[in-house]
Amino acid sequence: MSQPSDVEFVNVTKRFGDIVAVDHVSLSVERGAFFSFLGPSGCGKTTSLRMIAGFDQPTEGDVRLSGESVVGTPPYKRPVNMVFQHYALFPHLNVGDNIGYGLRQRTPQPPRAEIEKQVSETLELVRLSGYENRRIWELSGGQQQRVALARALINHPTVLLLDEPLAALDRKLRREMQIELQTLQREVGITFILVTHDQEEALSMSDTICIMHDGRIVQTGSPTQLYDEPINRYVADFVGKSNFFEGKVVEADGQGARIETPAGRTFAGRNPRDAASLQAGAAAVLAVRPEIIFVGSPGAGAPYDADVEAPAVIRNRIFLGEQTEYLVEAEGLGEVLVRAPKHAETQTGGFNPGDQVVIGWQAAAALALEDA
Amino acid sequence: MQGKWINRLLLMPATAWFLVMLVLPLVVVAIFSFGERGAAGGYVPAFTLDQYLNLPARFTAFKNTLLLAPAGTLAALLIAYPLAYFLAVRASPKWKTILLVMVIVPFWTSILIRTYAWIFILGGRGIPTLLEFIGIEGVRLINTPFAVLVGIVYGYLPLMVFPIYVSLEKLDKRLLEASADLGSPPLRTFRQVTLPLSIPGIATGCMLVFILLMGEFLIPALLGGGKVFFIGNALVDLFLQSRNWAYGSAVAATLVIIMLVTVTLYMKLVARVGEQREDVSIL
Repeated sequence: MSQPSDVEFVNVTKRFGDIVAVDHVSLSVERGAFFSFLGPSGCGKTTSLRMIAGFDQPTEGDVRLSGESVVGTPPYKRPVNMVFQHYALFPHLNVGDNIGYGLRQRTPQPPRAEIEKQVSETLELVRLSGYENRRIWELSGGQQQRVALARALINHPTVLLLDEPLAALDRKLRREMQIELQTLQREVGITFILVTHDQEEALSMSDTICIMHDGRIVQTGSPTQLYDEPINRYVADFVGKSNFFEGKVVEADGQGARIETPAGRTFAGRNPRDAASLQAGAAAVLAVRPEIIFVGSPGAGAPYDADVEAPAVIRNRIFLGEQTEYLVEAEGLGEVLVRAPKHAETQTGGFNPGDQVVIGWQAAAALALEDA
Repeated sequence: MQGKWINRLLLMPATAWFLVMLVLPLVVVAIFSFGERGAAGGYVPAFTLDQYLNLPARFTAFKNTLLLAPAGTLAALLIAYPLAYFLAVRASPKWKTILLVMVIVPFWTSILIRTYAWIFILGGRGIPTLLEFIGIEGVRLINTPFAVLVGIVYGYLPLMVFPIYVSLEKLDKRLLEASADLGSPPLRTFRQVTLPLSIPGIATGCMLVFILLMGEFLIPALLGGGKVFFIGNALVDLFLQSRNWAYGSAVAATLVIIMLVTVTLYMKLVARVGEQREDVSIL
């Protein structure tokens, strides 16, 4: 945290009548970072973004931009710009006038030639050179997206806010734009703050992700941290896929805990957080990512020393290309999702629904988490 | 083949209506306008331009109509726009419906009765009496162009409010946020975003009100007291009182031509603005 922070929330609360949209949130976004708010709808992520933009004012607490409080400052006086969810491009203006809109609001207004020059440069940046005179409705969704980006970036904001910017695009285009956004962010060096409900989007682009739930921050960290060391079931469930086996803590120490399921099996798991959160007797879950579980023929032996093994029956097989997803019914565990990589499939020859198999995993790779 | 016949069949009533109620009367008016007045009134076939040469005799009616119709349209626009804006943008959903109904309610009563009410409001015992209480004396409102203006603005306001309301209602409110986000204070945002995007509503409202005002005769008759009369009043007079059908037809034909020219020019103007803005229909 040697970098100065561009955006800071100090104990921010936002209420709409009786509804608490954002509940005592404190955070700090480093200069030049790609920061994401991730969570389901209604978790407070959009309200947080709108408080940075100035469309909403906090009920309590302080919002700071580059160290200065901006509470009460209207949106048109803030050095931030936003890319809106459905772009909100001005339909009565052409592409060039949309992009130059921000420059034309300045006092004194830059000369016409200067605006035109910057518009054409920004269009080049988003790879839409020569589109100045196009009408908005003539553009495809992806092109509109880029115009919206250009319209914000041309103002060289301190912070660029992106509200579900890729939600309206199809899957393939979304992948492309994710890469493009990331490249663009490195190029312009501006702090990007993204709001999304799409974990894949957040994971692939951000330096830091803030996971929100019911107006509160659940966990903030790098994508790897959130994936490998989720602090509770909510995060593990939201970021990537996981199998959860519910139970009670039998014993816990500094590193992890042992959890006993109602079926009477006991599993060990690491606890990424201070194990103090897991007390003996408390409800907890064992979270096991589908890709760390192996699936093999009975008697063929595990590919590594598995701490946990269970006989199972294949229920369903989904071929995903680079990997295959199995839904199996395991003895004492119930339904378990397993992902077998391509090379493992080549070795075992794959399985079909009804096949008897063995599944297993290493205790060190499983997580013992708070059931929240 | 069959589809073609069905189309024709379906268009029959409209075509018949159009021919009998619009084209035929216009042809009759055109023919009559070149004729002469009979000794006992009515129409005597002839071919003369006398009626048209005599038009300056009704100059005042043309002048009043051509001044007060645009003025009334403009006044209605200036009053209707803020009202429509409030209804569409500011009013809470709960109040919106109630307020919209209140805009329509006057239509449930005849315009005749409502205009009569204005005779009393503007007449000697109405507003002038109230003004006397605060020391302003000798104000005469009834039977003035102002009274007619008040009457027409009152009568036609809803026709102006609704088209503007609709265009403001469907205006994407996020555009206003986008404008603010890009550095534009509220007033500039109104000028740069709200106003241009409500032009279709303004155009429709002005057109509706203007066309109806050009043919208006009831309100000037009641509130103008025979002093402020429109072309419509002249026509009533010529056809019903003095039974000079030929001259009346010439006046009517002239009105139709003026309307055709104005509306065509107006449509061209709107089309030119709208050319850059097919968007609006897309929205």
